[in-house]
Amino acid sequence: MDEYPDLRNAILTGSAPSAAAAAKKALEGGADPVAIVEKEVGPAMNEVGRLYEAGEYFVPELLLAARATKEVFGILRPLLAKKGAKPVARVVIGTVQGDLHDIGKNLVAAMLEGSGFEVIDLGINVSPDKFIAAIREKQPQIVGLSALLTTTMPAMKTTLDGFRNAGLRDSVKVMIGGAPVTQAYADSIGADAFGENAAAAVSVARKLVAC
Amino acid sequence: MSSLLARFPAGPVISDGAWGTQLQNLGLDPGECPDLWNLTHPDRVESVARAYVEAGSQVILTNTFGATRLRLDAHGAGAQAVEINRRGAAISRLAAGDRAKVFASMGPSGKMLAMGETTPDELESAFAEQARALAAEGVDALLLETFADLDELGAAIAGAKSAGLPVIASLVFDSGPARDRTIMGTTPEQAAAAVAAAGADAVGANCGNGIDGYLPVCRRLRAATTLPVWIKANAGLPTMVDGHAVYKTAPDYFASRTLDLVAAGADFVGGCCGTNPAFIAAIRAALAGRRSTSA
Repeated sequence: MDEYPDLRNAILTGSAPSAAAAAKKALEGGADPVAIVEKEVGPAMNEVGRLYEAGEYFVPELLLAARATKEVFGILRPLLAKKGAKPVARVVIGTVQGDLHDIGKNLVAAMLEGSGFEVIDLGINVSPDKFIAAIREKQPQIVGLSALLTTTMPAMKTTLDGFRNAGLRDSVKVMIGGAPVTQAYADSIGADAFGENAAAAVSVARKLVAC
Repeated sequence: MSSLLARFPAGPVISDGAWGTQLQNLGLDPGECPDLWNLTHPDRVESVARAYVEAGSQVILTNTFGATRLRLDAHGAGAQAVEINRRGAAISRLAAGDRAKVFASMGPSGKMLAMGETTPDELESAFAEQARALAAEGVDALLLETFADLDELGAAIAGAKSAGLPVIASLVFDSGPARDRTIMGTTPEQAAAAVAAAGADAVGANCGNGIDGYLPVCRRLRAATTLPVWIKANAGLPTMVDGHAVYKTAPDYFASRTLDLVAAGADFVGGCCGTNPAFIAAIRAALAGRRSTSA
């Protein structure tokens, strides 16, 4: 039931102040913070993703929506924590070794955070060892690998091989993405999932932790 | 006639092809900063420049695409920005001699304004620093290329203009269902209007798409502006074969499509990722053939 149309609208139109105000008003009216996330924020971000994939929203709209939900989570988080609710999952993300591009990775991180995930961003040119260290230290459920160049894509396989050699492959779900990346490539290197774009990354990530 | 085009004989002007892939052929590692090679491997950089002059480029670029202070900081080389740009310009000037003009390459900062990673002032300042260093070595014009964000491009044009040289502004249109917008949603029409309003001397498109995708974008840019139009398409998109990136578009095909781009209004033609001197030679031959058969 769409009880808080102002909040959903504020996210869709990317207005962080309106989203924050709507969230506060809902809470004052006795709304359950968990319900706000599940019934309003989640569906709103799904719609943002759908509009992006339909070519109606572009990067600016994604970023504004992500910023609006980040505001809302800022307000909800202490209340969610008090209720024992946790982030959807912890994600470690990075651009693979040899690749310096980060816009795509940053967009995915923003979208995931805007959808309730905890994101640890390792940055660019991340070696397999650095990913492995982060898995050991942070114990994420998901590791996200990004590459923009065909020439750096092979580092995804090297990274996954590194996880296997370290005995960590089964402790995480691995999702990959980036301009040259395809489902076929993901299958060929044994990644768990492939995300077509920053918006799709959210539903992909949700599916990974649901199973 | 624009003062930019007035420096060349009549007809489409041939620019150059890819530098990154050429430098990788000479040993540049993925993840290695290409611009630093101006300091560490100037001879190899010069060989790429010379190869394009030999192949027929009337305009060659410089190995300074990632050489704003902001972008170089990612390699810990921000303090060497001025030197890297001056050396890059000098190398291309030496290779070009009096056979080609030098348009200096200035790529995006790598920081997203929309994510609050930088400010317009910081951007303008970084691009101004780069532009002045390039101008000090006597390049003929400044080429802002591979931009996607109009706000960043606006700051870059302002910074570049402070050096007193002509400025060309080229964007990547590779997004949206029709692959005719930048990742920020900007259309060719919006780009043409913004670039002209910012006082640049030419507008264009580069990278992102293979040459087949460029015809509609070129037509739309041509229809949207009276400024010269700069076009530099990729040689298709690469596939991995035995660990190497292979671009499937052949020089002759690329050159024949280049003729279509000229007919669609492109004033400057060349190639981006995956192209090499053979592509430029093919373009030169195709254009010469067209001239000799035109009624």
